[in-house]
Parts: sequence; C-alpha cells; structure tokens
Amino acid sequence: MSVDTSKCNYCGACVGSCPANCMFLDETRIVIDENSCIKCGFCIRVCPMGAISAEWFK
Amino acid sequence: MKYEYDVLVIGAGPGGSTAARYAARNNLKVLLIEKRPDIGSPVRCGEGISKSWLPEVEIEPQKQWISNEVEGARIFSPDEKNHIKLSASKAGNEVGYIIERDKFDKYLASLAAREGAEIWVKSPAISLIFENGKVVGAKVRKPEGVVDVYAKIIIGADGFESQVGRWAKINTLLNQRDIVSCIEYRMVGIDVNKDYTDFYLGSCAPGGYVWVFPKGKDEANVGIGVALNKLKEPGEVKKYLDDFIEKHPGLKKGKIIQLITGAVSTCYMPKTIVTDNVMLVGDAARLIDPITGGGVANACISGKLAGEAAAEAIKVKNTSKEFLYEKYEKKVREKFEKKNLRNWYAKEKLSELSDETLNKLVDAISSVELTSISVKSLLDAVQKKYPELVKEFEDLL
Repeated sequence: MSVDTSKCNYCGACVGSCPANCMFLDETRIVIDENSCIKCGFCIRVCPMGAISAEWFK
Repeated sequence: MKYEYDVLVIGAGPGGSTAARYAARNNLKVLLIEKRPDIGSPVRCGEGISKSWLPEVEIEPQKQWISNEVEGARIFSPDEKNHIKLSASKAGNEVGYIIERDKFDKYLASLAAREGAEIWVKSPAISLIFENGKVVGAKVRKPEGVVDVYAKIIIGADGFESQVGRWAKINTLLNQRDIVSCIEYRMVGIDVNKDYTDFYLGSCAPGGYVWVFPKGKDEANVGIGVALNKLKEPGEVKKYLDDFIEKHPGLKKGKIIQLITGAVSTCYMPKTIVTDNVMLVGDAARLIDPITGGGVANACISGKLAGEAAAEAIKVKNTSKEFLYEKYEKKVREKFEKKNLRNWYAKEKLSELSDETLNKLVDAISSVELTSISVKSLLDAVQKKYPELVKEFEDLL
C-alpha cells in the first residue's frame, strides 16, 4: 500500500475507518502496519483525496 | 521523565477542552495534550452550529469566532424545485452560527487554561501505559522527547481517528454504512443566501448530503458527505462535489480558498464508552448526530459530563469502569442514546429513497408550517404525510 503525499491532506479519514487498527496518523504522516492489514479497502475508498492505493485493490 | 496528573485529556478539540475546563474547575490537576502545533488547525468541519446548547456548557458567543448568523435551514429536493424551510418563528431571531472553528477551538482551550489546566501542544500520545491490565497513563512525544504521563483518569478526546479507545480496548469500530467521507471547499465570489444554511439531498450525495453554509455575502463552505458503502472508486467523493458545483452556475463562478477533508461517524451509540480509568468523549465516543453529522455540541456536552465525573471519581477515589459508567456514561446515554438511534434509523431510511420519492417528500413537507428547527419536528411532519416511511422507528418519535 502507498500514500501519495502530494494528495494526502492528513485528515485521518482512513485511520478512523480502518477496522484492523493498522493505520496511525502522525502529525504529518500516515503510518500503515502492512502486517495487520486485512485488505478491506475501506481506507482507499474513504479517502476524500484518493491518495491511497494498493496493488491488490481491484 | 515522569509526570503525574489527576486527569490527562488527549485531544484539544471542543470535547477535550471542555472536559479539561470542567475537571480543572473542580480543582483537579489537569493536563490537556494536542498532537498538532496549532489548536483548531487544520479545520475539519462545516462550521455550522446551533445556538441552543451553548448556555448548557457555559460558552458565551464571541465575535472572534462568529463569521455569520443564520435564521434557519433550507432542505432542497433533488430536482431543487422545492425546499423545506426550517426557521425561527420570528424574523430576526437567528438560530445558528457559522463559526471559525480554528478560533472557536482556541477559545475553548483558553477557557480550560484559565480554569487552571496545563496544555501541551505538538505533543501526541503514542501509546497508553498499562499496570495490572489497567490504563494508568500515556507515553507522550513532546518536541523535547518522549515522556511518561501518569494520571488517575484518562479522557480520550482524539476525534474520528481515535486511538485511545482502541488502545484501551473499547470497541468503537464502525460499519461502512456508518462512515461518511467528506470534502469541503471554502468558496468566495459565489451566489449565496446569507441567512440560511442549505442542504441538498439525493443522488448528488448518496447516503449523505451537500451543504452550503454561508460565511458572508458572497462566501460559503460548500461541502459534501457520502456514505462509505456508496463509494466504489478512490477519490469519488471529490468528483461528487465537483459535479455538484459544475451544475450550479452560482457556485461555479467562485474561487476556492480552502480545501478541507475528513470523515464522520453516523452510528448509534457504541455498547460502551468507558473502561477502568478511561472515558471517551465526542467523536471518539461516536456521539455525532447520525443524520446531521454535527458533532461539536455533543462533544462539548459529553466533555462537560466527563470533566465533572472525573472530579467525583477522584474525590471518592473510585475510577472503576462501574463508577465511570454510573457517573458519566449513564448520563451520556440519557442525553443521546434514544435521539441518536432515532436519527440513525431516519438516516438509513433516507439513504434508501430514490430522487423521485425525495422530490415528492420534500414537496409534501414544504407546505407544512415547521416552527421548531429540529430533526424531530421534521420527522413528525414526515409521519403525518408518509407514516410508512417512519413505521420502523415510530416508537422513537
């Protein structure tokens, strides 16, 4: 998974939506724990800026 | 380095600052921490609030954070041929404010500070500290380094992306249908009715709505929320908003001076919002009104209740989850549980309706005189015209 920092607004929409609790919003950084990710795609679809992508999505 | 407080409040939004204010007023040693360097910024809010609840939490309206006063709200049908007007019974009796949230949040933090709360900015909590399975503090990353903060009570006021609840094993996970993705532009040079907050329903914003909250004569927050279960593609919510603006010449001619994103929860109350030594308030406790998406009032009210409960708990040296349930959660439930459940049902029903049905519904309700500006009065009017729409939750009306 990757976060496009030119699009990311650091709003935390992805972090609060993550059902696996594998995302963390630092002050200006989204940290993703890929090992706990369950590939649900919530973060990718909820991101208002479309900043998150993953090879497995779609 | 080790710090000790009676109460540690994590997050200096409206809920956290209000909790800190009331805890400090009761002579507790309070620390309020905020991860951002600048309290209230970046703004993540439509900035529309009603006036009615401000006295309950002793907030005196201040010029510094009011950008406009509104008389009421207008709810437009998908075809925009009709609208429902919710307004004050007397002209000139403004019912709501469009605020400057960054200034509002700073003002609330200043009230907490004046009651004696200590405040650290640019200081995120990075984990909780446990002893014998119970939360006793948090590790906080100050600019100078990571420190241990111990407290008898920890209040999680860390908003939609709350970590405190998760770390403390309070389940506040959300279903897709109860997550709304939001984006908003602050626009200038647009046509806007300065006296009303406007809402647009239907397929322009599936599972949510478009809002236009006037900040001045040619300026407004133009935003949208779309339910996550209606979103398929990355970045789709922005396309919905851009499409809406494209179709409205009065908006299209404007310029965007600010971009805001975020998400809100639109669920009914979680099973619990406390555990031993821990209380959650505001968005972290999922207290947002499920149909309006408004969270500021509920955050402040729950913050006050949590601050006062902390004082009682520390006075009698009982910070168990049972005691916090009795002194805090029970009061929150009395205030919000039924209302949020009713509005959750209403939201679910609303999101199922076709544009055609919504056009008919708005047309039918627009002729009804609505004197009270509330979801309740609106639902009562719907019940009179279309009882079948509210049958599922008529006992909550």
